[in-house]
Amino acid sequence: MSAAIELNAIKKNFGDIAILRDINLSVAQGERHALIGPNGAGKSTTFNLISGYMAPTSGSVKLRGEEISGLPPYQINRRGLSRSFQVTNVFANMSVWENLRCAVLWSTGQRYAFWKNIDNLPQVRERTAKILANINLTARRDVPAGLLTYAEQRALEIGITVAGGANVILLDEPTAGMSHAETERAVALIRRLTEGRTLLIVEHDMSVVFGLADRISVLVYGQIIASGTPQEIRGNPKVKEAYLGEEAA
Amino acid sequence: MSDVAATVAPPLPTAAEKLRFFSLWVLAAVALLLLPQIFGSGSSLTTFSLIGISIIFSLSYNILLGQTGMLSFGHAVYYGLGGFLVIHAINIIGANKLPVPLPIVPLIGGITGLLFAVLLGWVSTQRSGTAFAMISLGVAELIASSALILRTFFGGEAGVSANRTKLLKLFGWNFGPQIQIYYLVAAWTLIAVIAMYALTRTPLGRMCNAVRDNPERVQFVGYNPHTVRYLAFCFAGFFAGIAGALAAINFEIANSAYLGAAQSGTVLFATYIGGIGFFIGPIVGAIFVTFLSLGLSDLTQVWQLYFGLIFIAVVLFAPGGITGLFMMHRPLLKAGTLLRVLPSYLVALVPTLAMLAGLVLAVETIVHYTVNPGDDSHIKAFGVGFDAASPSVWAMSLVLLIGGFLAARRTWVWVGHAWNDATSLAREKGVAT
Repeated sequence: MSAAIELNAIKKNFGDIAILRDINLSVAQGERHALIGPNGAGKSTTFNLISGYMAPTSGSVKLRGEEISGLPPYQINRRGLSRSFQVTNVFANMSVWENLRCAVLWSTGQRYAFWKNIDNLPQVRERTAKILANINLTARRDVPAGLLTYAEQRALEIGITVAGGANVILLDEPTAGMSHAETERAVALIRRLTEGRTLLIVEHDMSVVFGLADRISVLVYGQIIASGTPQEIRGNPKVKEAYLGEEAA
Repeated sequence: MSDVAATVAPPLPTAAEKLRFFSLWVLAAVALLLLPQIFGSGSSLTTFSLIGISIIFSLSYNILLGQTGMLSFGHAVYYGLGGFLVIHAINIIGANKLPVPLPIVPLIGGITGLLFAVLLGWVSTQRSGTAFAMISLGVAELIASSALILRTFFGGEAGVSANRTKLLKLFGWNFGPQIQIYYLVAAWTLIAVIAMYALTRTPLGRMCNAVRDNPERVQFVGYNPHTVRYLAFCFAGFFAGIAGALAAINFEIANSAYLGAAQSGTVLFATYIGGIGFFIGPIVGAIFVTFLSLGLSDLTQVWQLYFGLIFIAVVLFAPGGITGLFMMHRPLLKAGTLLRVLPSYLVALVPTLAMLAGLVLAVETIVHYTVNPGDDSHIKAFGVGFDAASPSVWAMSLVLLIGGFLAARRTWVWVGHAWNDATSLAREKGVAT
């Protein structure tokens, strides 16, 4: 079985500056994989390369064995990869319901249909309702997304990401800026929604990382310095030196 | 349908609601049918025809601006080309006695608009925002200037004319009298409005809104924002072409003004003043602006200046347009707190009108001295005669303008307080504001 995501010798330069120097990363199907590292290590850039937001300078990105580097984001999304954003990125003037429904449309085969009544699509309605119930925003269904609280917007962000039924989910700091209680709820939500799917998550909160991830990769200065189970990463001297040690001190 | 959808999803419209919605359209059709019985004069029929055309044109423009977030400065291109093609089509059909009746000729205009949108839209819809606006302006200038150069097709300054009565008669109608043109425009307006409303309720229509709100995110839910914008652009071109065709049929002439920047500006005006955030907004705007341009031009020679002032006022103080202003009051109406703000409006109206009267006096006086200083100084504006040379008029203008502003400013504060009271009371009653 080919890996869900496989990065091979990825390099990314912005001008003369090398942001990613040599990334090799493999995420198995069904695995919850966390990407950690200090600020500026290149975690978000890695996400941007996988999701098609940017193209790598060199190297290959494979989604379930298929080369996807250089494809536009919507093509990659249609192949079953969906991502969330570090900064909330929703459809601010549309209601929660409309937000989720837009995220469901392509995967139910609606394409650019202009001959179908949107309220007359039982499959779309059903799936949108399920996601809405899953992210616990039923009471806020008709509220414009821009008027939600921060935590609600983060939940909606995750909802939009998983709504299309993608098999590979990338979450970029989903609990950033949340209170302790909100973080716990968000982690439970992520756990529930990514059941049976592959998850790659960037996260700064170590309790979230070690509680959620099956495997962890550590990114420092544009290179993966270690990959392994939470135990292996905890015990890795290189990681301690570069990252965890500093945090603990 | 599963339990989840039944309990969580927004309720589907009931049979009664569907019926009410359907009867709304029937009512609109009946109203259009009966309108000439009440206002049957030639000039009102012409006005109604112009309003219908403007409604289609403005709604087509709002597919771009309000629904997909594309600010176009060149929408008249598709309107004008539709008009020109239709004039030529009428001439060809008439000359060759082809079996094509006039009522389906607007479709030729629509298809022309569509074809040119297909052709010109691919590049301009690559980007939204400033790039799209600039390209739309460039294309518009290109087409408008070629209209004066390619004389064989566009007829130069004079334009091209046609005789609409030479076509195949339908039920004995030759479409000479204005009443028959009115019914033709009314029918097409109703069809186009229904079609454009239906478009907003499709998957494409909703993705247009999503592209307007956040084109970046759209890419990560599987859609190509360029394709969404392009399709919206094609629909907008199609309906603009129909509007242009009806205008050409109405006037029996098409000239370069159809394609020009002024025409593109007017549709932006009407749509924005009506309110781009609501489907009905452009309809309101089309009616308002048509009446205003016909009415104001009789009352004052600088009517375009007032037009501009109204536009600026709407952009600054009522970005939701006229429709937005009315819609703001819906929660208050629901909560029954509307009566708390209305008195403050009436009070504010007096000094505000005084200020505007002072402004008009000043504008008309200045216009008299800059545009026609040699003329008799006893001028008439908005039906009121006064002496532009009299210092007492100048003084009155200043007093009204400054005094009105100072007084009005106080009443506006009062309006603000009354508004806050009414909305917070509505919120206490559980009405979302």
